[in-house]
Amino acid sequence: MTPQARIRNFSIIAHIDHGKSTLADRLLERTGAISEREMREQVLDSMDLERERGITIKAQTVRLHYTAADGQDYVLNLIDTPGHVDFSYEVSRSLAACEGALLLVDAAQGVQAQTLANAYLAIEGGLEIIPALNKIDLPAADPDRVAEEVASVIGGEPEEVLLLSAKTGEGVDELLERIVSDVPPPAGDPEAPLRALVFDSYYDAYRGVVCYIRVVDGVLAAGERVRFIATGDEQDADEIGFLTPKAVPAASLGPGEVGYLITGEKEIDKIKVGDTVTTARRGAVEPLPGYAEPKPMVYSGIFPTEGDDFEDLREALEKLSLNDASLVWEPETSKALGFGFRCGFLGLLHMEIVRERLEREYGLDLVATAPSVAYRVTTTDGQELEVRSPQDLPEPAKIAEIAEPYVRAMILTPAEYVGTIMELVQSRRGEMGSMNYVGTERVEMDYQLPLAEVVFDFFDQLKSRTRGYASLDYEPAGYRPSDLVKVDVLLNGQPVDAFSSIVHRDKAYEYGKRMVERLRELIPRQLFDVPIQAAIGGRIIARETVKARRKDVLAKCYGGDVTRKKKLLERQKEGKRRMKMVGSVEVPQEAFVEALRVDR
Amino acid sequence: MSTADPTTVRPDSPELADSAASAATAYVHVPFCARVCPYCDFAVVAGRDELMGRYTRALAAEVGMARDWRPLDALYFGGGTPSRFGSQRLAGVVEAIRRRFQLAPGAEVTLEANPEDWTPQLAAELVAAGFTRVSFGAQSFSTPVLLALGRRHLPPDVIAAVTAARTEGFASINLDLIFGTPGETIESWRETVEAAIALEVDHVSCYALTVEKGTPLSRAVARGAPAPDPDLQADQYELAAELLAAAGYVRYEVSNWARPGHACLYNLAVWAQGEYEAFGNGAHGFRHGARFRNIRRLDAYLQRVEEGELPRAGEEPVSGWDAELDRMFVGLRRAAGVADGPGVEAFLGSEEGRRLLELGVVEHARGRLRVTQPLLTDAVERAVLSLTPRGP
Ligand SMILES: Nc1nc2c(ncn2[C@@H]2O[C@H](COP(=O)(O)OP(=O)(O)OP(=O)(O)O)[C@@H](O)[C@H]2O)c(=O)[nH]1
Ligand SMILES: C[S@@+](CC[C@H](N)C(=O)[O-])C[C@H]1O[C@@H](n2cnc3c(N)ncnc32)[C@H](O)[C@@H]1O
Ligand code: SF4
Ligand SMILES: [Mg+2]
Repeated sequence: MTPQARIRNFSIIAHIDHGKSTLADRLLERTGAISEREMREQVLDSMDLERERGITIKAQTVRLHYTAADGQDYVLNLIDTPGHVDFSYEVSRSLAACEGALLLVDAAQGVQAQTLANAYLAIEGGLEIIPALNKIDLPAADPDRVAEEVASVIGGEPEEVLLLSAKTGEGVDELLERIVSDVPPPAGDPEAPLRALVFDSYYDAYRGVVCYIRVVDGVLAAGERVRFIATGDEQDADEIGFLTPKAVPAASLGPGEVGYLITGEKEIDKIKVGDTVTTARRGAVEPLPGYAEPKPMVYSGIFPTEGDDFEDLREALEKLSLNDASLVWEPETSKALGFGFRCGFLGLLHMEIVRERLEREYGLDLVATAPSVAYRVTTTDGQELEVRSPQDLPEPAKIAEIAEPYVRAMILTPAEYVGTIMELVQSRRGEMGSMNYVGTERVEMDYQLPLAEVVFDFFDQLKSRTRGYASLDYEPAGYRPSDLVKVDVLLNGQPVDAFSSIVHRDKAYEYGKRMVERLRELIPRQLFDVPIQAAIGGRIIARETVKARRKDVLAKCYGGDVTRKKKLLERQKEGKRRMKMVGSVEVPQEAFVEALRVDR
Repeated sequence: MSTADPTTVRPDSPELADSAASAATAYVHVPFCARVCPYCDFAVVAGRDELMGRYTRALAAEVGMARDWRPLDALYFGGGTPSRFGSQRLAGVVEAIRRRFQLAPGAEVTLEANPEDWTPQLAAELVAAGFTRVSFGAQSFSTPVLLALGRRHLPPDVIAAVTAARTEGFASINLDLIFGTPGETIESWRETVEAAIALEVDHVSCYALTVEKGTPLSRAVARGAPAPDPDLQADQYELAAELLAAAGYVRYEVSNWARPGHACLYNLAVWAQGEYEAFGNGAHGFRHGARFRNIRRLDAYLQRVEEGELPRAGEEPVSGWDAELDRMFVGLRRAAGVADGPGVEAFLGSEEGRRLLELGVVEHARGRLRVTQPLLTDAVERAVLSLTPRGP
């Protein structure tokens, strides 16, 4: 058990790609946490998806041993966090386990939207912030200007901003000293009853639920009987220990320490991220504050391709939820797609990642429907409904009012792009709030926008209009009544619920037209003509036809190599398995998302 | 083999289609070509003519290794370009086969021939060697299309070849035609079909140009060259069907038309799931209940045969339910379709089968399942491959 005076708990926070994980590599190296043989780039990004995409999705925690210039040994608990806006829930949970935050800023790109958003999270949490510039090795680095920007955001002097290169290792020694000197040691009460925060977890097929915990007060000893305050679940602490990053068992975890806890619990719903662990006997009564439930931004239906996989999907969602506390879901039934789940996500990237993780980690074959935001409907008989799926929207005659979610969007941009951004925002029904300079060349623009206008392709548009220089962050800002209609799509005369969407009336016609055009390209030719129609409440507003496939035969001459031909057709059949039968029409699985991925 | 009067029987008659199952036939592959056409993915070589002698001996040796069979009803020399192999070598191989199995009286003996190779003398020597049928790779009567296909002959060569074959006594003459070459219009195709009809050949095969993987054509298409347009090909197919029918040709398989009495027995046997021997590199056959394939690469084939071994690359027994599906798989390409059986029953009970029936792609009548829209045959074949003994 390490005395609290020798413990420093900190998160690395930054805008996406500013080099958090690479800096973590250097810290792991410098403190000898990892051997040269085990080292690889962004070693903490251990998920396949993270490595393929080169981004961090899950926060990762690791315990380092550091002998400081004062000759003392310190334990540093580092949490590497993701930078993408969709994973900010990971950041806020990580911060709750720390006393300090290392705010990293790319010295070439300067302060970006998630730099601000994450800095504010740390400030609100009362954390000590160590500002640092990274990538100072880059020729385009402009440390003086960026240090000014950073100082103007968090206060303090530009000279206090550390200069680092996670690539070359420059500045890392100084950083380690600053962590020891600036991050306050934890101040838990070792004599008080145990209180440890569950800040993350995952499901291990052999060991059951593994919890990541931060001990706040008291001491947790291996083998002790523990209780999870919120769920009331009681278990033995079969194994506790530290992550170095490998799991290393320990006899006890004292106040301020970060580690893992395995109780052998296999019932997933007995463990909740944000819950407080205490001892079963003479335990604490008052839980730690925990976390605010994340509010999903978008919803999408996830369905198994094969109907019999429904239960497997449920189990996979339960297990994945342990490792992704921001995922919410409830059963949903679609006429076109059968039984599945309506899932809530923090954004489109999150949605994509969840679907891929379900497919890869749980071996499922899934269809996802187009994302939708949640609307609030007041019916004519005075009921209030939350509509998370267009198919749940009541008939127009029964609707007294529909309100849609708004966000407060913060856009950070070089001043020269202000004009084009204003245009973009106006076309998305946005309302201008304030505009402020950050440093001398960059502007922070504040807007109120319908979430539905932001969440889909707004960011791509923003990037392309500003040559990649603008960044965006947004947060919920309540609901406002809007003139919204449901656009339905009919395939071969039959409405397909999974293709419906809710759009603003002014954009409905154009939307319907684009939608049927898009579907005409996505739906392969069938053995008969397939009409595709868009309709508002029974009135057809657009129509296209997928002409029947006329030729589907290979001209193999004389007898033909029967075996080879069979294999060829078998392969074509495999391709068809990625199709979903909707009525008598074969629809490729991607179409359910792709079709609605049109800009609105 | 017993069939009705061979000169009047309709090529698409069910009796003819089914009785061909009991024919004994053999295929001989001759891989040598003057140049490899850009669309071709057969087992062919160009510029290796020095191997012809060795290849002849290897064929004879392979024939010698075959198990006994009754006298053959049909023999088919395909390529490659058998017409470049020389009449003596061809005669030698026919002789080796005769010695091994004998040829039944009136046996059909076909070779594929490229028009530019054909001379009256060659025709005469081949008739003397026992050949009765020739299939010319005419491909088109449009010079631009022939050039686009990289062919080495022109339309007059085809006319001369057909005339010589007829004069020298070939009993049956076929023309292979390719449609849908990028740039070929429906009008140009009409002229090609009409020219074939005007030559009064006995048999016509019309193949949609197919972009086969790994060919120069497929690489060109990948780089942006125009690909065949399937809708235009469908129009062209329908036009050919109409013109040929009006001229008295009967379609008996997806791509094959013949005048009464001129259906190709070797082809009929293969589609009837009949057994056939196969010799030469890349040749595939069906004997003793197994489908087999020979080594495709010429050198490897030669080496294996010269070591005294059968040059097999693979062999797969076909029995039980697989055999029933195999029967449907090969048989449904025929206009006559397939006779009822457990596979047909499963097809009619399956969801996909019922759908195809409803859409009029297949019909079930008089104890047979038939594909009525030949251009959609593969959609039916895929459904067949998914069948299980008890329904879908
Ligand atoms: N030149 C240079 N490149 C760097 C430096 N630090 C990181 N990079 C590069 O920047 C890119 C992003 O680095 P990461 O460490 O994955 O960034 P991150 O902040 O962890 O990204 P997310 O976790 O996705 O938010 C990688 O290509 C790194 O190699 C640096 O100091 N200098
Ligand atoms: C085995 S090939 C060779 C016959 C002969 N060597 C010739 O080329 O004329 C038999 C027939 O298949 C057809 N064929 C070959 N390759 C084809 C392709 N890629 N697409 C369509 N038909 C093809 C041609 O009509 C050809 O005549
Ligand atoms: S198409 Fe005929 S001539 Fe051309 S390469 Fe193929 S087999 Fe030889
Ligand atoms: Mg990272």
